[in-house]
Amino acid sequence: MFELLGIPPQALFGQLLLGLINGSFYALLSLGLAVIFGLLNIINFSHGAQYMMGAFVAWMALTWLGIPYWGALIIVPLVVGASGVVIERLMISRLYHLDHLYGLLLTFGLALVIQGLFRNGFGVSGLPYAIPAQLSGGQNLGFMFLPNYRGWVVLASLVVCFGTWFAIERTRLGAYLRAATENPTLVGAFGINVPRMITLTYGFGVALAAFAGVLAAPIYSVNPNMGADLIIVVFAVVVIGGMGSILGAILTGFGLGIVEGLTKVFYPEASSVAIFVIMAIVLLVKPAGLFGRTA
Amino acid sequence: MAEAARKIDTAAALAVRDLQAWYDESHILHGVNFDVAPGEVVTLLGRNGAGKTTTLRAIMGLIAKRTGSVQFEGRELINLPARAIAKAGIAFCPEERGIFASLSVDENLMLPPVIKPGGLSRDDVLTMFPNLRERLASQGTKLSGGEQQMLAIARILRTGSKFLLLDEPTEGLAPVIVQQIGRTLASLKQQGFTIVLVEQNFHFAASVADRHYVVEQGRVIDMIPNTEIQNNLGKLHAYLGV
Repeated sequence: MFELLGIPPQALFGQLLLGLINGSFYALLSLGLAVIFGLLNIINFSHGAQYMMGAFVAWMALTWLGIPYWGALIIVPLVVGASGVVIERLMISRLYHLDHLYGLLLTFGLALVIQGLFRNGFGVSGLPYAIPAQLSGGQNLGFMFLPNYRGWVVLASLVVCFGTWFAIERTRLGAYLRAATENPTLVGAFGINVPRMITLTYGFGVALAAFAGVLAAPIYSVNPNMGADLIIVVFAVVVIGGMGSILGAILTGFGLGIVEGLTKVFYPEASSVAIFVIMAIVLLVKPAGLFGRTA
Repeated sequence: MAEAARKIDTAAALAVRDLQAWYDESHILHGVNFDVAPGEVVTLLGRNGAGKTTTLRAIMGLIAKRTGSVQFEGRELINLPARAIAKAGIAFCPEERGIFASLSVDENLMLPPVIKPGGLSRDDVLTMFPNLRERLASQGTKLSGGEQQMLAIARILRTGSKFLLLDEPTEGLAPVIVQQIGRTLASLKQQGFTIVLVEQNFHFAASVADRHYVVEQGRVIDMIPNTEIQNNLGKLHAYLGV
Protein backbone atom coordinates (compact mmCIF):
# COMPACT_ATOMS: atom_id res chain seq x y z
CA MET A 1 0.00 0.00 0.00
CA PHE A 2 1.20 3.50 -0.77
CA GLU A 3 1.50 6.29 1.74
CA LEU A 4 1.01 10.00 1.23
CA LEU A 5 3.14 12.35 3.34
CA GLY A 6 3.29 9.66 5.98
CA ILE A 7 -0.51 9.37 6.17
CA PRO A 8 -1.97 5.88 5.70
CA PRO A 9 -4.46 5.96 2.79
CA GLN A 10 -7.25 4.46 4.92
CA ALA A 11 -7.07 7.47 7.25
CA LEU A 12 -6.84 9.93 4.36
CA PHE A 13 -9.80 8.51 2.42
CA GLY A 14 -11.74 7.95 5.62
CA GLN A 15 -11.50 11.62 6.51
CA LEU A 16 -12.13 12.67 2.92
CA LEU A 17 -15.38 10.70 2.99
CA LEU A 18 -16.32 12.22 6.32
CA GLY A 19 -15.54 15.63 4.86
CA LEU A 20 -17.70 14.89 1.82
CA ILE A 21 -20.58 13.86 4.08
CA ASN A 22 -20.32 16.98 6.21
CA GLY A 23 -20.00 18.90 2.95
CA SER A 24 -23.23 17.31 1.72
CA PHE A 25 -25.07 18.83 4.66
CA TYR A 26 -23.27 22.17 4.41
CA ALA A 27 -24.20 22.33 0.74
CA LEU A 28 -27.89 21.43 1.21
CA LEU A 29 -28.31 23.87 4.09
CA SER A 30 -26.37 26.78 2.62
CA LEU A 31 -28.24 26.25 -0.66
CA GLY A 32 -31.55 26.66 1.15
CA LEU A 33 -30.26 29.80 2.86
CA ALA A 34 -29.03 31.20 -0.45
CA VAL A 35 -32.35 30.54 -2.21
CA ILE A 36 -34.28 32.23 0.60
CA PHE A 37 -31.88 35.14 0.88
CA GLY A 38 -31.92 35.71 -2.88
CA LEU A 39 -35.64 36.36 -3.13
CA LEU A 40 -36.69 37.36 0.40
CA ASN A 41 -33.56 39.26 1.42
CA ILE A 42 -33.89 37.59 4.79
CA ILE A 43 -31.23 35.57 6.55
CA ASN A 44 -33.25 32.61 7.72
CA PHE A 45 -31.91 32.02 11.21
CA SER A 46 -34.46 29.29 11.85
CA HIS A 47 -32.84 27.14 9.14
CA GLY A 48 -31.02 24.96 11.70
CA ALA A 49 -34.22 24.45 13.68
CA GLN A 50 -36.04 23.48 10.47
CA TYR A 51 -33.28 20.96 9.68
CA MET A 52 -33.75 19.54 13.18
CA MET A 53 -37.53 19.44 12.58
CA GLY A 54 -36.84 17.37 9.47
CA ALA A 55 -35.01 14.74 11.53
CA PHE A 56 -37.68 14.77 14.26
CA VAL A 57 -40.64 14.57 11.92
CA ALA A 58 -38.92 11.62 10.21
CA TRP A 59 -38.55 9.98 13.63
CA MET A 60 -42.21 10.69 14.49
CA ALA A 61 -43.36 9.39 11.12
CA LEU A 62 -41.49 6.13 11.68
CA THR A 63 -42.26 5.68 15.38
CA TRP A 64 -45.86 6.85 15.53
CA LEU A 65 -47.17 6.23 12.02
CA GLY A 66 -44.87 3.49 10.75
CA ILE A 67 -43.81 5.53 7.72
CA PRO A 68 -40.40 4.16 6.68
CA TYR A 69 -37.30 6.16 5.72
CA TRP A 70 -38.05 6.29 2.00
CA GLY A 71 -41.54 7.65 2.58
CA ALA A 72 -40.17 10.16 5.07
CA LEU A 73 -37.65 11.41 2.51
CA ILE A 74 -40.59 12.63 0.39
CA ILE A 75 -43.25 13.42 3.00
CA VAL A 76 -41.15 15.18 5.65
CA PRO A 77 -39.82 17.97 3.37
CA LEU A 78 -43.43 18.56 2.25
CA VAL A 79 -44.74 18.75 5.82
CA VAL A 80 -41.92 20.92 7.19
CA GLY A 81 -41.94 23.01 3.99
CA ALA A 82 -45.68 23.58 4.54
CA SER A 83 -44.91 24.81 8.06
CA GLY A 84 -42.48 27.25 6.42
CA VAL A 85 -45.26 28.45 4.10
CA VAL A 86 -47.46 29.13 7.14
CA ILE A 87 -44.65 30.99 8.93
CA GLU A 88 -43.97 33.14 5.85
CA ARG A 89 -47.64 33.99 5.35
CA LEU A 90 -48.41 34.72 9.01
CA MET A 91 -45.19 36.38 10.14
CA ILE A 92 -42.28 36.99 7.76
CA SER A 93 -44.45 38.60 5.07
CA ARG A 94 -45.33 41.37 7.53
CA LEU A 95 -41.69 42.43 7.77
CA TYR A 96 -40.77 43.04 4.12
CA HIS A 97 -41.25 46.80 4.39
CA LEU A 98 -38.85 46.95 7.36
CA ASP A 99 -35.08 46.64 7.62
CA HIS A 100 -33.64 43.15 6.93
CA LEU A 101 -32.56 43.00 10.54
CA TYR A 102 -36.15 42.40 11.64
CA GLY A 103 -36.45 39.27 9.53
CA LEU A 104 -33.25 38.00 11.05
CA LEU A 105 -34.50 38.71 14.58
CA LEU A 106 -37.86 37.06 13.89
CA THR A 107 -36.35 33.88 12.45
CA PHE A 108 -33.77 33.76 15.26
CA GLY A 109 -36.57 34.00 17.82
CA LEU A 110 -38.52 31.30 15.97
CA ALA A 111 -35.46 29.04 16.08
CA LEU A 112 -35.25 29.42 19.86
CA VAL A 113 -38.96 28.72 20.25
CA ILE A 114 -38.87 25.63 18.01
CA GLN A 115 -35.78 24.23 19.71
CA GLY A 116 -37.29 24.91 23.15
CA LEU A 117 -40.49 23.09 22.24
CA PHE A 118 -38.59 20.04 21.04
CA ARG A 119 -36.32 20.07 24.12
CA ASN A 120 -39.40 20.12 26.34
CA GLY A 121 -41.07 17.34 24.42
CA PHE A 122 -38.15 15.01 23.77
CA GLY A 123 -35.28 15.92 26.09
CA VAL A 124 -31.73 16.41 24.87
CA SER A 125 -30.36 12.88 25.01
CA GLY A 126 -31.20 12.12 21.39
CA LEU A 127 -33.39 9.51 19.72
CA PRO A 128 -32.18 6.62 17.60
CA TYR A 129 -33.15 6.29 13.94
CA ALA A 130 -32.07 3.10 12.20
CA ILE A 131 -30.35 3.08 8.83
CA PRO A 132 -32.86 1.67 6.29
CA ALA A 133 -32.24 -2.02 5.63
CA GLN A 134 -31.52 -1.47 1.94
CA LEU A 135 -28.57 0.78 2.81
CA SER A 136 -27.02 -1.09 5.71
CA GLY A 137 -23.60 -2.63 5.23
CA GLY A 138 -20.97 -1.25 2.92
CA GLN A 139 -18.56 -1.74 0.06
CA ASN A 140 -14.89 -2.59 0.26
CA LEU A 141 -13.35 -0.35 -2.38
CA GLY A 142 -9.86 -1.77 -1.87
CA PHE A 143 -8.35 1.44 -0.56
CA MET A 144 -11.16 2.04 1.95
CA PHE A 145 -14.46 0.75 3.31
CA LEU A 146 -17.49 2.77 2.16
CA PRO A 147 -20.63 2.39 4.31
CA ASN A 148 -23.58 2.30 1.89
CA TYR A 149 -25.64 4.86 3.77
CA ARG A 150 -22.83 7.43 3.72
CA GLY A 151 -22.38 6.96 -0.02
CA TRP A 152 -26.13 7.48 -0.39
CA VAL A 153 -26.03 10.73 1.59
CA VAL A 154 -23.36 12.19 -0.71
CA LEU A 155 -25.21 11.03 -3.82
CA ALA A 156 -28.62 12.30 -2.65
CA SER A 157 -27.17 15.67 -1.69
CA LEU A 158 -25.38 16.03 -5.02
CA VAL A 159 -28.54 15.17 -6.97
CA VAL A 160 -30.78 17.53 -4.99
CA CYS A 161 -28.23 20.38 -5.02
CA PHE A 162 -27.58 20.23 -8.74
CA GLY A 163 -31.25 19.60 -9.45
CA THR A 164 -32.02 22.83 -7.60
CA TRP A 165 -29.23 24.65 -9.40
CA PHE A 166 -30.59 23.45 -12.75
CA ALA A 167 -34.15 24.44 -11.88
CA ILE A 168 -33.08 27.95 -10.92
CA GLU A 169 -30.49 28.66 -13.59
CA ARG A 170 -31.84 26.77 -16.58
CA THR A 171 -35.65 26.64 -16.51
CA ARG A 172 -38.54 28.99 -17.15
CA LEU A 173 -39.61 28.87 -13.52
CA GLY A 174 -36.06 29.67 -12.46
CA ALA A 175 -36.04 32.66 -14.83
CA TYR A 176 -39.11 34.01 -12.99
CA LEU A 177 -37.27 33.53 -9.72
CA ARG A 178 -34.09 35.26 -10.90
CA ALA A 179 -36.09 38.11 -12.42
CA ALA A 180 -38.11 38.57 -9.22
CA THR A 181 -34.89 38.60 -7.22
CA GLU A 182 -33.68 41.50 -9.36
CA ASN A 183 -36.84 43.55 -9.80
CA PRO A 184 -39.97 42.16 -8.11
CA THR A 185 -42.05 45.24 -9.02
CA LEU A 186 -41.58 44.83 -12.75
CA VAL A 187 -42.14 41.08 -12.59
CA GLY A 188 -45.44 41.83 -10.84
CA ALA A 189 -46.30 44.31 -13.60
CA PHE A 190 -46.01 41.43 -16.10
CA GLY A 191 -48.88 39.69 -14.31
CA ILE A 192 -46.82 37.27 -12.23
CA ASN A 193 -47.92 36.69 -8.64
CA VAL A 194 -44.70 37.62 -6.84
CA PRO A 195 -46.00 37.33 -3.25
CA ARG A 196 -47.03 33.74 -3.92
CA MET A 197 -43.63 33.05 -5.47
CA ILE A 198 -41.92 34.43 -2.35
CA THR A 199 -44.05 32.21 -0.10
CA LEU A 200 -43.31 29.09 -2.14
CA THR A 201 -39.61 29.93 -2.30
CA TYR A 202 -39.43 30.15 1.47
CA GLY A 203 -41.31 26.86 1.71
CA PHE A 204 -38.86 25.29 -0.74
CA GLY A 205 -35.81 26.53 1.18
CA VAL A 206 -37.27 25.13 4.40
CA ALA A 207 -38.06 21.85 2.64
CA LEU A 208 -34.38 21.59 1.62
CA ALA A 209 -33.40 21.97 5.28
CA ALA A 210 -35.91 19.29 6.26
CA PHE A 211 -34.60 16.98 3.52
CA ALA A 212 -31.11 17.38 4.99
CA GLY A 213 -32.59 16.61 8.40
CA VAL A 214 -34.08 13.32 7.15
CA LEU A 215 -30.75 12.38 5.56
CA ALA A 216 -29.02 13.18 8.86
CA ALA A 217 -31.38 11.22 11.12
CA PRO A 218 -29.69 7.81 10.68
CA ILE A 219 -26.10 9.11 11.06
CA TYR A 220 -26.37 11.80 13.70
CA SER A 221 -28.54 11.28 16.75
CA VAL A 222 -31.91 13.00 16.44
CA ASN A 223 -31.80 15.69 19.10
CA PRO A 224 -33.12 19.25 19.51
CA ASN A 225 -29.68 20.85 19.32
CA MET A 226 -28.47 19.16 16.14
CA GLY A 227 -29.42 22.16 14.01
CA ALA A 228 -28.04 24.82 16.32
CA ASP A 229 -24.62 23.12 16.32
CA LEU A 230 -24.49 22.74 12.57
CA ILE A 231 -25.97 26.06 11.51
CA ILE A 232 -23.05 28.10 12.88
CA VAL A 233 -20.71 26.32 10.47
CA VAL A 234 -23.25 26.66 7.67
CA PHE A 235 -23.41 30.42 8.15
CA ALA A 236 -19.62 30.52 7.85
CA VAL A 237 -19.96 28.50 4.62
CA VAL A 238 -22.51 30.98 3.30
CA VAL A 239 -20.28 33.92 4.16
CA ILE A 240 -17.34 32.27 2.35
CA GLY A 241 -19.41 31.36 -0.71
CA GLY A 242 -21.19 34.69 -0.94
CA MET A 243 -24.82 35.39 -0.08
CA GLY A 244 -27.34 34.66 -2.77
CA SER A 245 -25.15 32.67 -5.17
CA ILE A 246 -26.69 29.26 -5.84
CA LEU A 247 -23.70 27.55 -7.39
CA GLY A 248 -21.43 29.27 -4.87
CA ALA A 249 -23.39 27.81 -1.96
CA ILE A 250 -23.16 24.28 -3.37
CA LEU A 251 -19.48 24.34 -4.31
CA THR A 252 -18.41 26.05 -1.09
CA GLY A 253 -20.45 23.58 0.97
CA PHE A 254 -18.79 20.52 -0.54
CA GLY A 255 -15.39 22.20 -0.79
CA LEU A 256 -15.28 23.26 2.84
CA GLY A 257 -16.45 19.85 4.01
CA ILE A 258 -13.47 18.35 2.21
CA VAL A 259 -11.08 21.01 3.53
CA GLU A 260 -12.32 20.30 7.04
CA GLY A 261 -11.80 16.56 6.50
CA LEU A 262 -8.26 17.09 5.22
CA THR A 263 -7.44 19.31 8.20
CA LYS A 264 -8.43 16.40 10.43
CA VAL A 265 -5.82 14.26 8.66
CA PHE A 266 -2.95 16.70 8.48
CA TYR A 267 -3.45 18.94 11.51
CA PRO A 268 -6.30 17.62 13.66
CA GLU A 269 -5.95 20.36 16.27
CA ALA A 270 -7.15 22.95 13.74
CA SER A 271 -10.06 20.95 12.30
CA SER A 272 -12.80 22.68 14.26
CA VAL A 273 -11.58 26.18 13.44
CA ALA A 274 -10.38 25.68 9.84
CA ILE A 275 -13.65 26.91 8.31
CA PHE A 276 -13.73 30.00 10.51
CA VAL A 277 -10.13 30.86 9.69
CA ILE A 278 -11.00 30.61 5.99
CA MET A 279 -14.05 32.79 6.62
CA ALA A 280 -11.91 35.47 8.25
CA ILE A 281 -9.45 35.43 5.34
CA VAL A 282 -12.22 35.57 2.72
CA LEU A 283 -13.87 38.46 4.53
CA LEU A 284 -10.59 40.35 4.48
CA VAL A 285 -9.73 39.64 0.84
CA LYS A 286 -13.12 39.37 -0.84
CA PRO A 287 -15.88 40.63 1.45
CA ALA A 288 -18.68 39.68 -0.96
CA GLY A 289 -17.61 36.02 -0.77
CA LEU A 290 -15.91 33.77 -3.32
CA PHE A 291 -18.94 33.64 -5.61
CA GLY A 292 -20.76 36.72 -4.35
CA ARG A 293 -21.97 39.45 -6.64
CA THR A 294 -20.78 42.81 -5.44
CA ALA A 295 -23.77 45.02 -4.89
CA MET B 1 -62.27 70.76 -22.70
CA ALA B 2 -62.17 70.16 -18.96
CA GLU B 3 -65.96 69.67 -18.67
CA ALA B 4 -66.22 67.38 -21.64
CA ALA B 5 -63.41 65.23 -20.37
CA ARG B 6 -65.14 64.46 -17.07
CA LYS B 7 -67.86 62.51 -18.83
CA ILE B 8 -66.72 58.93 -19.22
CA ASP B 9 -66.43 58.01 -22.87
CA THR B 10 -67.82 54.49 -23.05
CA ALA B 11 -66.16 53.85 -26.39
CA ALA B 12 -62.72 54.54 -24.92
CA ALA B 13 -60.23 51.71 -24.34
CA LEU B 14 -58.87 53.64 -21.40
CA ALA B 15 -60.64 56.37 -19.44
CA VAL B 16 -58.66 58.10 -16.69
CA ARG B 17 -60.63 60.36 -14.34
CA ASP B 18 -59.34 62.53 -11.50
CA LEU B 19 -56.30 60.28 -11.06
CA GLN B 20 -54.27 61.39 -8.06
CA ALA B 21 -51.07 59.77 -6.83
CA TRP B 22 -48.57 60.20 -4.02
CA TYR B 23 -44.99 59.11 -3.47
CA ASP B 24 -44.80 58.86 0.31
CA GLU B 25 -46.05 62.26 1.37
CA SER B 26 -45.48 64.16 -1.88
CA HIS B 27 -48.61 64.64 -3.92
CA ILE B 28 -47.54 64.15 -7.55
CA LEU B 29 -50.74 63.77 -9.59
CA HIS B 30 -53.52 66.25 -8.84
CA GLY B 31 -56.35 64.88 -10.94
CA VAL B 32 -55.34 63.56 -14.37
CA ASN B 33 -58.12 63.17 -16.96
CA PHE B 34 -57.76 61.68 -20.41
CA ASP B 35 -59.16 59.05 -22.78
CA VAL B 36 -57.59 56.71 -25.27
CA ALA B 37 -59.70 55.27 -28.07
CA PRO B 38 -59.07 51.73 -29.32
CA GLY B 39 -56.31 51.64 -31.95
CA GLU B 40 -55.04 55.12 -31.13
CA VAL B 41 -51.49 56.22 -30.44
CA VAL B 42 -51.58 58.93 -27.79
CA THR B 43 -48.66 60.75 -26.22
CA LEU B 44 -48.28 62.42 -22.88
CA LEU B 45 -46.08 65.46 -23.41
CA GLY B 46 -44.70 67.75 -20.76
CA ARG B 47 -41.65 69.03 -19.01
CA ASN B 48 -39.46 66.98 -16.71
CA GLY B 49 -41.26 66.30 -13.46
CA ALA B 50 -44.71 67.16 -14.87
CA GLY B 51 -46.06 63.74 -13.85
CA LYS B 52 -46.01 61.81 -17.15
CA THR B 53 -44.11 58.78 -15.87
CA THR B 54 -46.08 58.86 -12.63
CA THR B 55 -49.30 58.79 -14.67
CA LEU B 56 -48.21 55.60 -16.46
CA ARG B 57 -47.02 54.01 -13.23
CA ALA B 58 -50.29 54.91 -11.49
CA ILE B 59 -52.35 53.40 -14.33
CA MET B 60 -50.21 50.24 -14.09
CA GLY B 61 -50.79 50.02 -10.33
CA LEU B 62 -47.15 50.58 -9.46
CA ILE B 63 -47.86 53.45 -7.07
CA ALA B 64 -49.30 52.34 -3.78
CA LYS B 65 -51.25 55.49 -2.92
CA ARG B 66 -53.56 56.50 -5.75
CA THR B 67 -57.18 57.58 -6.04
CA GLY B 68 -59.63 58.44 -8.80
CA SER B 69 -60.69 56.16 -11.60
CA VAL B 70 -58.89 54.18 -14.28
CA GLN B 71 -61.34 52.32 -16.47
CA PHE B 72 -59.94 49.88 -18.99
CA GLU B 73 -62.39 48.33 -21.46
CA GLY B 74 -65.14 49.30 -19.03
CA ARG B 75 -63.46 47.73 -16.01
CA GLU B 76 -62.31 49.72 -12.96
CA LEU B 77 -58.61 49.14 -12.21
CA ILE B 78 -57.87 51.70 -9.51
CA ASN B 79 -57.89 49.25 -6.59
CA LEU B 80 -56.24 46.31 -8.35
CA PRO B 81 -52.62 45.24 -7.82
CA ALA B 82 -50.21 45.56 -10.76
CA ARG B 83 -50.38 41.87 -11.61
CA ALA B 84 -54.17 42.03 -11.99
CA ILE B 85 -53.86 45.12 -14.19
CA ALA B 86 -51.36 43.25 -16.39
CA LYS B 87 -53.82 40.37 -16.61
CA ALA B 88 -56.60 42.77 -17.60
CA GLY B 89 -54.57 43.40 -20.75
CA ILE B 90 -52.28 46.39 -20.20
CA ALA B 91 -48.58 45.87 -20.92
CA PHE B 92 -45.93 48.19 -19.55
CA CYS B 93 -42.46 49.11 -20.78
CA PRO B 94 -40.67 51.13 -18.07
CA GLU B 95 -38.44 54.12 -18.65
CA GLU B 96 -35.37 52.31 -17.29
CA ARG B 97 -36.28 49.43 -19.66
CA GLY B 98 -36.05 46.82 -16.92
CA ILE B 99 -33.86 44.30 -18.71
CA PHE B 100 -32.82 41.60 -16.25
CA ALA B 101 -29.06 41.11 -15.86
CA SER B 102 -29.37 37.58 -14.52
CA LEU B 103 -31.44 36.49 -17.54
CA SER B 104 -30.29 35.87 -21.09
CA VAL B 105 -31.84 37.86 -23.94
CA ASP B 106 -34.01 34.87 -24.75
CA GLU B 107 -35.13 34.48 -21.13
CA ASN B 108 -35.90 38.21 -20.96
CA LEU B 109 -37.93 37.89 -24.14
CA MET B 110 -39.90 34.89 -22.87
CA LEU B 111 -40.36 36.18 -19.31
CA PRO B 112 -43.74 37.99 -19.44
CA PRO B 113 -46.44 35.33 -19.38
CA VAL B 114 -49.00 35.22 -22.18
CA ILE B 115 -52.13 36.94 -20.85
CA LYS B 116 -54.47 36.14 -23.71
CA PRO B 117 -54.25 34.66 -27.20
CA GLY B 118 -53.52 36.84 -30.20
CA GLY B 119 -50.07 38.08 -29.23
CA LEU B 120 -47.09 37.98 -31.54
CA SER B 121 -45.20 34.70 -31.66
CA ARG B 122 -41.55 34.53 -30.68
CA ASP B 123 -40.73 34.29 -34.36
CA ASP B 124 -42.85 37.34 -35.30
CA VAL B 125 -41.09 39.34 -32.63
CA LEU B 126 -37.65 38.26 -33.77
CA THR B 127 -38.55 39.12 -37.36
CA MET B 128 -39.56 42.57 -36.17
CA PHE B 129 -36.30 42.98 -34.23
CA PRO B 130 -33.71 40.98 -36.18
CA ASN B 131 -30.80 42.27 -34.03
CA LEU B 132 -32.18 40.33 -31.09
CA ARG B 133 -32.13 37.02 -32.92
CA GLU B 134 -28.34 37.03 -33.11
CA ARG B 135 -27.98 37.90 -29.44
CA LEU B 136 -30.46 35.46 -27.87
CA ALA B 137 -27.85 33.71 -25.71
CA SER B 138 -26.19 36.93 -24.48
CA GLN B 139 -26.76 38.30 -21.03
CA GLY B 140 -29.69 40.75 -21.20
CA THR B 141 -27.76 43.77 -20.01
CA LYS B 142 -24.85 43.14 -22.42
CA LEU B 143 -27.01 44.54 -25.23
CA SER B 144 -26.58 48.10 -26.44
CA GLY B 145 -29.06 50.69 -25.16
CA GLY B 146 -31.05 50.53 -28.40
CA GLU B 147 -31.16 46.74 -28.38
CA GLN B 148 -32.25 46.75 -24.74
CA GLN B 149 -35.08 49.12 -25.65
CA MET B 150 -36.14 46.84 -28.50
CA LEU B 151 -36.03 43.85 -26.16
CA ALA B 152 -38.12 45.73 -23.60
CA ILE B 153 -40.78 46.42 -26.26
CA ALA B 154 -40.43 43.01 -27.92
CA ARG B 155 -41.14 41.01 -24.79
CA ILE B 156 -44.49 42.67 -24.08
CA LEU B 157 -45.70 42.11 -27.66
CA ARG B 158 -45.79 38.36 -26.99
CA THR B 159 -48.27 38.64 -24.13
CA GLY B 160 -51.42 39.15 -26.18
CA SER B 161 -52.08 42.51 -24.51
CA LYS B 162 -53.05 44.99 -27.21
CA PHE B 163 -52.74 48.03 -24.97
CA LEU B 164 -49.19 49.27 -24.41
CA LEU B 165 -47.83 51.86 -21.99
CA LEU B 166 -44.39 52.93 -23.25
CA ASP B 167 -42.30 55.23 -21.10
CA GLU B 168 -39.80 57.25 -23.17
CA PRO B 169 -38.77 54.52 -25.60
CA THR B 170 -36.43 56.88 -27.48
CA GLU B 171 -34.58 58.30 -24.50
CA GLY B 172 -30.83 58.44 -25.03
CA LEU B 173 -30.89 56.56 -28.33
CA ALA B 174 -29.16 57.34 -31.63
CA PRO B 175 -31.37 58.90 -34.37
CA VAL B 176 -31.22 55.79 -36.56
CA ILE B 177 -32.53 53.66 -33.66
CA VAL B 178 -35.22 56.24 -32.90
CA GLN B 179 -36.36 55.91 -36.54
CA GLN B 180 -36.48 52.15 -36.22
CA ILE B 181 -38.61 52.42 -33.09
CA GLY B 182 -40.87 54.90 -34.91
CA ARG B 183 -41.38 52.38 -37.74
CA THR B 184 -42.09 49.68 -35.15
CA LEU B 185 -44.77 51.77 -33.46
CA ALA B 186 -46.38 52.57 -36.83
CA SER B 187 -46.47 48.87 -37.64
CA LEU B 188 -47.93 48.03 -34.22
CA LYS B 189 -50.67 50.62 -34.76
CA GLN B 190 -51.48 48.97 -38.08
CA GLN B 191 -51.76 45.65 -36.29
CA GLY B 192 -54.40 47.15 -33.99
CA PHE B 193 -52.33 47.93 -30.92
CA THR B 194 -53.37 50.91 -28.77
CA ILE B 195 -50.40 52.83 -27.39
CA VAL B 196 -49.90 55.46 -24.70
CA LEU B 197 -46.47 56.97 -25.09
CA VAL B 198 -44.59 59.23 -22.74
CA GLU B 199 -42.18 61.35 -24.76
CA GLN B 200 -39.70 64.15 -24.32
CA ASN B 201 -38.82 64.06 -28.00
CA PHE B 202 -41.55 66.24 -29.49
CA HIS B 203 -40.61 65.57 -33.11
CA PHE B 204 -40.73 61.84 -32.54
CA ALA B 205 -44.11 62.22 -30.82
CA ALA B 206 -45.48 64.20 -33.77
CA SER B 207 -44.30 61.52 -36.21
CA VAL B 208 -46.14 58.61 -34.56
CA ALA B 209 -49.13 59.86 -32.54
CA ASP B 210 -52.79 60.65 -33.30
CA ARG B 211 -53.25 62.96 -30.34
CA HIS B 212 -51.14 64.65 -27.70
CA TYR B 213 -52.07 65.32 -24.09
CA VAL B 214 -50.05 68.01 -22.36
CA VAL B 215 -49.24 67.29 -18.73
CA GLU B 216 -48.24 70.03 -16.32
CA GLN B 217 -47.95 69.94 -12.53
CA GLY B 218 -49.76 66.64 -12.20
CA ARG B 219 -52.71 67.53 -14.48
CA VAL B 220 -53.62 67.21 -18.14
CA ILE B 221 -53.95 70.82 -19.24
CA ASP B 222 -54.55 70.50 -22.97
CA MET B 223 -55.14 68.09 -25.83
CA ILE B 224 -53.89 68.70 -29.35
CA PRO B 225 -54.77 66.42 -32.27
CA ASN B 226 -51.73 65.65 -34.39
CA THR B 227 -53.48 67.12 -37.46
CA GLU B 228 -53.63 70.52 -35.77
CA ILE B 229 -50.12 70.46 -34.47
CA GLN B 230 -48.79 72.97 -37.02
CA ASN B 231 -51.34 75.57 -35.86
CA ASN B 232 -50.42 75.02 -32.25
CA LEU B 233 -46.65 75.09 -32.38
CA GLY B 234 -46.43 78.33 -30.45
CA LYS B 235 -48.66 77.03 -27.68
CA LEU B 236 -46.72 73.77 -27.51
CA HIS B 237 -43.40 75.54 -27.31
CA ALA B 238 -44.73 77.54 -24.40
CA TYR B 239 -45.97 74.37 -22.65
CA LEU B 240 -42.80 72.40 -23.18
CA GLY B 241 -40.34 75.22 -22.90
CA VAL B 242 -38.54 74.18 -26.10
